[in-house]
Amino acid sequence: MSEVRDDRQYTETHEWILDNGDGTFTMGVTDHAQALLGDMVFVELPGEGDEASHEDEFCVVESVKAASGVYAPADLEIVAANEALDDEPELVNSSCYDDGWLVKFKADNIEGLMSAEDYTNTLD
Amino acid sequence: MKRTPLYQAHVDAQGKMVDFGGWEMPLNYGSQIEEHHQVRTDAGMFDVSHMTTVDFKGAQAKEFLKILIANDVDKLKTQGKALYSCMLNENGGVVDDLIVYYINDEDYRMVINAGTTEKDIAWINAQAEGFDVSVEPQFDLAMIAVQGPNARAKVFEAMPGVEEVAGELKPFNAASLGGLFIARTGYTGEDGFEIMLPEKSAEFTWKMLLEAGVKPCGLGARDTLRLEAGMSLYGSEMNDEVSPLEAALTWTIDLNNEDRQFVGRQALEKLRDDGVKKTIVGLILEGKGVIRDHQKVVTSLGDGEVTSGTFSPTMGKAIALARVPMGTTRSCEIEMRNKLVSAKIVKPPFVRNGKVLV
Repeated sequence: MSEVRDDRQYTETHEWILDNGDGTFTMGVTDHAQALLGDMVFVELPGEGDEASHEDEFCVVESVKAASGVYAPADLEIVAANEALDDEPELVNSSCYDDGWLVKFKADNIEGLMSAEDYTNTLD
Repeated sequence: MKRTPLYQAHVDAQGKMVDFGGWEMPLNYGSQIEEHHQVRTDAGMFDVSHMTTVDFKGAQAKEFLKILIANDVDKLKTQGKALYSCMLNENGGVVDDLIVYYINDEDYRMVINAGTTEKDIAWINAQAEGFDVSVEPQFDLAMIAVQGPNARAKVFEAMPGVEEVAGELKPFNAASLGGLFIARTGYTGEDGFEIMLPEKSAEFTWKMLLEAGVKPCGLGARDTLRLEAGMSLYGSEMNDEVSPLEAALTWTIDLNNEDRQFVGRQALEKLRDDGVKKTIVGLILEGKGVIRDHQKVVTSLGDGEVTSGTFSPTMGKAIALARVPMGTTRSCEIEMRNKLVSAKIVKPPFVRNGKVLV
């Protein structure tokens, strides 16, 4: 069974988004996604200050099996990227909800997110 | 989907089961990369029971194999000796790649790929017409590959008595005892055995190997290991349309005996005389990212294509085998996700016996 956390929201494309309460959000991939992708070997992240429009591919996670794009859930501006993933992309596998986060960004409004319960239901 | 006798053992070991050419096989048991390192540094085992063993028996077994495959079974003089070869069609394309073991002039054993089994057996039977040979697929055999620097020692520990049968085996040789057939061969670039045994013994043997500390490894690790070892995969580096001359497999073709008119020989000789225009080389990506199958390769002599791309766990870099114009050297670019990324051209293998060679 994949782990889904109640403290955050989810996208249809298996990313999680945590509202930090200060106008910024943290984003990563879900446990279900990391298990599907398999061992992560490379993560390409945007730089601090980069902007992305809604639905732009702004990160790439590559596993032994496949490259997978991560799309911007809204118009956003990057405030931090997880540099630890440069040397340890496997953090996305071992700690997808904590140390394996991808980016923090500023955004006004993110639409179309699912609750943990709704996301869990899509996995059945 | 078809299942091997070890299906339940895979499920019990948390194997992630996938459809592999109609067989329900384990892709990994958690981490493909850990399984890869396990084979490079210690010992791992693979269920390869989906592959097919075919025995050739009869007065003309040798004469038949001399025309069926491109390498020459006349090289095989001692019992258990193995030979790698391609089996060609009339156009010189590869019907399959295989290993053939010599028992005696009237008895040979061949191992062919799982995905090509039906096609191969139909092809072999068609070629066998007029020969005094019996073509006997052994569908009730299981096969376990135990690979790694400690593989042989752990097999001897797990299977008491086997050391007496296989302790002295040299690489690329096999021995047998009753229903057990054990070959010092593999598809990983490490030492080890491929063990054929009756399917009823498979689960017991697997468990004995587990007890001896041999870890189960899935098809994912099998692919990264063979790619690092620079070994071709049927369907990727070669197929019915590709000649071994275009797949860096010239070493597997024996043209010495001019009287040996094996299937595909004329086409090979014509291609050789006309000039071979493509070959397979190794690529190492300079920079981050992972090379994937079918990506375009741009060289100074023209375009090529990645035939097998992956991330090498041993090297920590993306590597690939690619078909490129003959004569391409040093460097090229790979089109990856709409960007051109530089790669170094090398001669495989990338890794053998735990050591990086490029």
